[in-house]
Amino acid sequence: MHLDHHHDGPSPVSADARRPDGSRRALRIGLGGPVGSGKTATVAALCRALRDELSLAVVTNDIYTREDAEFLLREAVLPPERITAVETGACPHTAIRDDISANLEAVEDLEDAIGPLDLVLVESGGDNLTATFSRGLVDAQIFVIDVAGGDDIPRKGGPGVTTADLLIVNKTDLAPYVGSDLARMAADAKAQRAELPVVFQSLRSEAGVTEVAAWVRAQLDAWAARA
Amino acid sequence: MSRAALLVLADGRFPAGGHAHSGGAEAAVKAGRISGAASLADFCRGRLHTAGLVAAGLAAAAALGTDPVALDRAADARTPSPALRLAARKLGRQLLRAARATWPSAELDALGREFPKGAHQPVVLGLAARAAGLGPVDAAYCAAYENVSGPATATVRLLSLDPFDATAVLARLAPEVDRVVDRAVEAARQAVDGGVDALPAASAPLLEIGAEAHAAWPVRLFAS
Repeated sequence: MHLDHHHDGPSPVSADARRPDGSRRALRIGLGGPVGSGKTATVAALCRALRDELSLAVVTNDIYTREDAEFLLREAVLPPERITAVETGACPHTAIRDDISANLEAVEDLEDAIGPLDLVLVESGGDNLTATFSRGLVDAQIFVIDVAGGDDIPRKGGPGVTTADLLIVNKTDLAPYVGSDLARMAADAKAQRAELPVVFQSLRSEAGVTEVAAWVRAQLDAWAARA
Repeated sequence: MSRAALLVLADGRFPAGGHAHSGGAEAAVKAGRISGAASLADFCRGRLHTAGLVAAGLAAAAALGTDPVALDRAADARTPSPALRLAARKLGRQLLRAARATWPSAELDALGREFPKGAHQPVVLGLAARAAGLGPVDAAYCAAYENVSGPATATVRLLSLDPFDATAVLARLAPEVDRVVDRAVEAARQAVDGGVDALPAASAPLLEIGAEAHAAWPVRLFAS
């Protein structure tokens, strides 16, 4: 990684840790995962949990609409100027991995427009199990799957499940209804990911997004320590 | 001058944001003007001799060292549709980022300071070619070719068109791309002394109208 490499010039090129004025940019965390696994709901819950203690913003990557951005606006989890939608031309994984320029512009413009930020969440459009974020775009990434998508997904692996900095297994409240074996999912995830963390989550439960929010805070502490 | 550098700049995977744009193909597909390989060829031919020629002229002129501010104004004057101007500036900004990382140059940095929200993409393309050690002919080829390869790739996604047919369309257009590049470079050389008015100003009204309609759609696959 070249996060602390500084380019001279009018604007940063990639994951530069400094903004043009020399100040340190926000931590960027990506959220990816299959369609319907609960990425947007997790983003909304994180915004509610963190917005009073942090200055944060969200970039959504909708595949063919602005639905995700509009959901966040409707839920009023953040003021509208803190939410930006990127259009991805039928290829959501391209916009977060192979050609990150539109997303980089979106995160930089947010920070230029609303002042220094602590955290930018970049939500991918719903994609397949191979979708991961470029290290040129985000500092850490979360992969979101759900129990209703099949309890064999952790066993199948793939770059998202295997390499994401955090794996969320979402909608655990549905497990009894769809016959998903949570213990098996946990064992398979452990086998695929070794020491990388996994959170089993139900946003309908009282704990909700608490554990993931704690993980995000730890990432922020580590980011601050690297300054 | 390196032929390999030209391949890097012309590569469809060069990370400069083009994948999210259809070059008007999405609007044309919806309107029924592109429905298969034959009508894709017609669309690309029309685009090549209008928007493609204009872009190639601008790119060649920028590669020759013509003042980019004057060229950007010339591009505005040749782009009536506000939606297309916006798309061209967004793509220019994205291309500038990729080019600065790939071929660092004081000229590219200066362009970024002059146009923080982006100059027209063909102008940036010409300066990127210059930074890569390429000349006006190379810049014009990149501009002309991507003017047709973008819509062809997009149509494969939009219509599930056979990708072999789409690529064959591009191959059949090659002699016409050559001619467009010749015209564009000749005009760009005239513009060095004669000013930017010497550059081609061909127009495709249906592309401009289609872009305005497309920008207002609530649901679309491509940004333009």
